[in-house]
Amino acid sequence: MLHIVNKSAAERSSLESCLRMATKGSAVLLIEDAVYAATNGNAAAAKIQAAAADLKIYALGPDLAARGMAGRVLDGVNVVDYGGFVDLVAEHSNCQSWL
Amino acid sequence: MSDMDEMDDGSGIVKKFMFLNRKAPHGTVYALEGLEVVLITAAFDQDVSMVFTDDGVFQLMKGIDSKGIEVKDFSKTYRALEGYDIEKLYVDQASLDARGLTEDDLIVDVTVLSVPEMANLMAEQDVVISF
Amino acid sequence: MQFGILVNEGPYTHQASDTAYLFARTAIEKGHTVPRVFFYHDGVNNSTRLATPPQDDRNISARWSKLAAEHGVDLVVCVAAAQRRGINDDVLAPGYRISGLGQLVEMGIQYDRLVTFGD
Repeated sequence: MLHIVNKSAAERSSLESCLRMATKGSAVLLIEDAVYAATNGNAAAAKIQAAAADLKIYALGPDLAARGMAGRVLDGVNVVDYGGFVDLVAEHSNCQSWL
Repeated sequence: MSDMDEMDDGSGIVKKFMFLNRKAPHGTVYALEGLEVVLITAAFDQDVSMVFTDDGVFQLMKGIDSKGIEVKDFSKTYRALEGYDIEKLYVDQASLDARGLTEDDLIVDVTVLSVPEMANLMAEQDVVISF
Repeated sequence: MQFGILVNEGPYTHQASDTAYLFARTAIEKGHTVPRVFFYHDGVNNSTRLATPPQDDRNISARWSKLAAEHGVDLVVCVAAAQRRGINDDVLAPGYRISGLGQLVEMGIQYDRLVTFGD
């Protein structure tokens, strides 16, 4: 399953809710304001790094770049473009947007 | 209501639809308009599960009285879901616990699931729509 | 693969419609099809032809129209949500049409994937 999160972990609980429900081996894609969680020094970074042991974590590159965060991505987070986003949706049998 | 009549998209396909309600009522429109989608989906004879987690559990509170904010009280509609053959209502135990609620506080009978049970239910769906 | 797309927020205030558009355009570029985009909640506000953003900004409504014209994407605006928000046939941009929620359910039944973009 692909989980999509789009809100900053400092503003909403959606990242936390997602990580609670994501089963081992599933994928989490951070887009829009959620990408901040995948950057060095962010308060949510520890959650992402802990989750990366069981989940595949992705972040949308154009959203990182648009926020000046392209050079601060955590190790273990895979940066994808919109093509990669499409591939992730295609590769997983279902997806959930944590709005 | 005419739009609640049986509908058929002609394919004969039955998919597992999960409607994941994570938002409280009234503060935003998502709970109300989400419920409208659920009712229509039932008319297509799909396998519908309705799930309440996080602040979504507040949608099911007994004793809602929205007259004072001059907004329609749609909480009674949850009690009518059975009439639309929507019988799979699930609530997340952890979300209840985090809000000081128990099943007795809810307007309908629900199945309370643990996080792993909820996660597995979600993973087996064909379509998940979150409101 | 066929992708259905659900857009739940209006233009400009939220990034949802932008992300949905870029996803849809990219999916088509990669050889997938996007037979339909469904606009729900405040997402119905994407459909107005009356929006006139500044010249140097993207025109969100118009670029959905262009995608519809070039790739046959069916842009469906939920009737109940539209009526609540003052959207009717008189204000629709090219390529959009107003219809019922059944069109959303059909996307879930008939297409390979349904992807939601919202707030």
